[in-house]
Amino acid sequence: MDSFSNFLFMRSEVSLLVVILALLVFDLTAGKRGMRYFQPIAIILLAIHTILHLLPHEAGIAFGGMYTYTPMAGVVKTILNIATLIIFLQAEAFNSERMSNKKGEYYFLTLVTLLGFYFMISSGHFLLFYIGLEMASIPIATLAAMEKQSKRSAEAGAKYILMAAFSSGIMLFGISYLYGTTGTLYFADMPALISANTLQIMAFVFFIAGMFFKISLVPFHLWTPDVYEGAPTNVTSYLSVVSKGAAVFALALLLYRVFSNIIEQWQSILYGLIIISITLANLFAIRQKNIKRFLAFSSISQAGYIVLGIIGGTPFGMTTLVYYIFVYLFSNLAAFGVITIIENRTGKVNIPDYKGLYSTNPRLSFVMMLSMFSLGGIPPFAGFFSKFFIFAAAMEQGFYILVLIAVINTIISLYYYLLVVKAMFIDKNEHPIPSLRTDSYNKASLIFCTAGILLVGIFSIFMEKIELFSFAMIQ
Amino acid sequence: MNFLIIFILIPVIMLLSLFAARNRKQILAIMVTGSIALVAASVYLVIRYVTENDTTTGTMLFTSTHMWYKPLNIGFSLGVDGVSVAMLCLSSVIVLTGTFISWNIQPLTKEFFLWFCLLSLGVFGFFITTDLFTLFMFYEVALIPMYLLIGIWGSGKKEYSAMKLTLMLMGASSLLLVGILGIYFSAGAVSMNILDIANIHIPLDKQLFFFTLTFIGFGVLGALFPFHTWSPDGHASAPTAVSMLHAGVLMKLGGYGCFRVSIYLMPEAAEILAPLFLVLTATGVFYGALSAIHQRDLKYINAYSSVSHCNLVLFAILMLTRTAMTGAVLQMLSHGLMTALFFALIGTIYQRTHTRMINEMGGLMKVMPFLGVAFVIAGLASLGLPGLSGFVSEMTIFIGAFENADIFRRVLTIIAISSIVITAVYILRMVGKFLYGPIQNEQHAALTDAVWYEKLAVVILIAGIAYIGMFPLGLSDMLNESLSLIK
Repeated sequence: MDSFSNFLFMRSEVSLLVVILALLVFDLTAGKRGMRYFQPIAIILLAIHTILHLLPHEAGIAFGGMYTYTPMAGVVKTILNIATLIIFLQAEAFNSERMSNKKGEYYFLTLVTLLGFYFMISSGHFLLFYIGLEMASIPIATLAAMEKQSKRSAEAGAKYILMAAFSSGIMLFGISYLYGTTGTLYFADMPALISANTLQIMAFVFFIAGMFFKISLVPFHLWTPDVYEGAPTNVTSYLSVVSKGAAVFALALLLYRVFSNIIEQWQSILYGLIIISITLANLFAIRQKNIKRFLAFSSISQAGYIVLGIIGGTPFGMTTLVYYIFVYLFSNLAAFGVITIIENRTGKVNIPDYKGLYSTNPRLSFVMMLSMFSLGGIPPFAGFFSKFFIFAAAMEQGFYILVLIAVINTIISLYYYLLVVKAMFIDKNEHPIPSLRTDSYNKASLIFCTAGILLVGIFSIFMEKIELFSFAMIQ
Repeated sequence: MNFLIIFILIPVIMLLSLFAARNRKQILAIMVTGSIALVAASVYLVIRYVTENDTTTGTMLFTSTHMWYKPLNIGFSLGVDGVSVAMLCLSSVIVLTGTFISWNIQPLTKEFFLWFCLLSLGVFGFFITTDLFTLFMFYEVALIPMYLLIGIWGSGKKEYSAMKLTLMLMGASSLLLVGILGIYFSAGAVSMNILDIANIHIPLDKQLFFFTLTFIGFGVLGALFPFHTWSPDGHASAPTAVSMLHAGVLMKLGGYGCFRVSIYLMPEAAEILAPLFLVLTATGVFYGALSAIHQRDLKYINAYSSVSHCNLVLFAILMLTRTAMTGAVLQMLSHGLMTALFFALIGTIYQRTHTRMINEMGGLMKVMPFLGVAFVIAGLASLGLPGLSGFVSEMTIFIGAFENADIFRRVLTIIAISSIVITAVYILRMVGKFLYGPIQNEQHAALTDAVWYEKLAVVILIAGIAYIGMFPLGLSDMLNESLSLIK
């Protein structure tokens, strides 16, 4: 393969890069008036990219194995595209007086992060993997600190960058040991050279700890609530869906492809982490008043469930993981869409503020309720199906007790999701949030999410498409 | 296209048209048309079932499978036997009468009926499906609307009750989830269809574990002692129609699930573990009745009486004889109609008197003779007067239970039988206190009797009770044949 056809093979990355550059040029050339059209243009360009990405793409490798393309990675990239698209639809905060001068940077940096995740997912070599990861981490810190006037936002940015740097350091340390013991950094060559010797286990533990920071599993989660709370809501939703989804998929990929020889070791590590992640995050979530912190803890426990899918190490586990991310995208972004609207109009972010919301904003409350039910795993909404499949994947490998603990935890989580529903529907309030007007982009995003929550579970086609690819991926 | 799908389609159409409905009139029209259609569908189902049923084998009829999620062999499998046909009839009658009883529900009429429809969708789906996954899904679909129905339209400490009920039932369903996945994988992961799994032998150690999980999982909804505590609070706080549907139908999901899943699929574990659960259920029967004596609130009396009766259902199922199981299903039907009638009457009386405390009322028979007479009939059915449904079901249960010759089961049966006496105590005392005697509260003298829609609901329910009581043979034969599948 000559270098041109190598680049052609990476066409999903290239087309995203084109979008990024186009937006950058537009940002530089458009005057004050042109900037008004920034959001629609970004949305349209990303939508075109998403559709182009759906075109068939043969599996294979480029640059001598540095870059690999699997259909499964393609599916995950599509999921990330859809999520980013929805987040752009919800980005009305960057049209406001306060933030509008940051508009160009917001779209640019978000897409650069997305590009980083692309590389991370498609890498076939630890170097490219690390570059992708860093490319994704550093812009996120900038995004989190974007609200210049807010101290919390600055705190979020600082916390994120420190944590990211620290976890990257640990991860690099692990990678260096891996290189030292195997003499290669290619994913394809490594499995044969990995056995359960002490040094390699240690290297693995360092590496995996770095990954857990990104996914924010307990006890590597301490940055999550503060960053989620402080960052602009749009960035929070990006963090909780796109960043988490990509990192979890990358983790699964590495566990399946590189560390398949030490499956017993990583299973026991995951076993413990899943239990404490789900349980602790659930218990903390109950106590939260701020809805963004609340969703931060909820997302930590959701991460535990996602990882539960792959503990069995089966192809079906991979299917359930990707399907879970897909469903989680709709459920979580629906909630964040509602939160964005309310926060931008009224500045209220506490759960008690939502009391009596149904009497003034029935549609918003309805969407929020669907989202909470879907996150809590209530049928017939999509979240029920994804949770069920995750549990099935773990049960298949005989993790009865683990599944039982996880399932009982869903009841705890249902309790705090119901608290939000209760505030909106049942509690009385003298001064509820007034009736709000929603801008049309945000409305579209909420309709899209609602459709996702209602339909993705009932129609089995989504799951079957993912299932089709997951077996191909393992070989 | 399977005919049974209509039981899901009608509620779905009702849901969609309720979304579009503009005023109260339209909403009520949709509800009445829809629930009459459901009753018609179940009558048609009974006729087809009776004509097509082969009385010797007792297999499922109208079965069909539509593959849904291939990787886990989840199918949208439908099929009914005599038990599910009976349950479908019961559910449709209760949905119809529930609609009449909530004629004047305020506020948010539309939302109330939306959730009400979703609840009935879950119930109907549960009874027609033969697939473990779909069964579980419909089970949960039926549970979650309860939270909002009680939380928004309930009375008393409604938020507490709603949360307690939802969490306890959902907790039970989490055991169930592990249980059904365990059954599926230990049966070789070839099918989620109950009828297929029944032909596969599940290893005994797995059976013991998953029988416990599924039996408790379903049992909590069937008010299995000591997991019944959600039930009195939930019933007392719920609005009338929801209490009716919940006690009348939803609690039957528990009993139905216990024998359709736990006992049918894991018979050996059922034999081994039955004594343990028999002790619990017999305690529940006795304890429920005793607690009812202590209550002053009409709804609490009836709720504890429900606990007692529902534990009797589980008790009968665990006796593992076909007669007792037939009795269990009869008891489900009888209790469903009876409790629905009780709650309907309590609701209508409460709307007039604004109190449910029996010591604050008295002599209501003079003021509202129709409701009073209906209440007495319901009470007599509850304490097992021959000619009404309670007698038939309890008689069948106790005869079936005595077919077991060992001392242990006979002693437990005697304990359970003794609850009938206690039932008579609290029913007669309750009726005597608030229906007869002098009028306690002067304002009550001016109250009016039931209006037409309330009368209609009451009459339909009484007709059902009387039908089971007077002509039980056809019904019990139908159930008996169907249960040959299980025992």
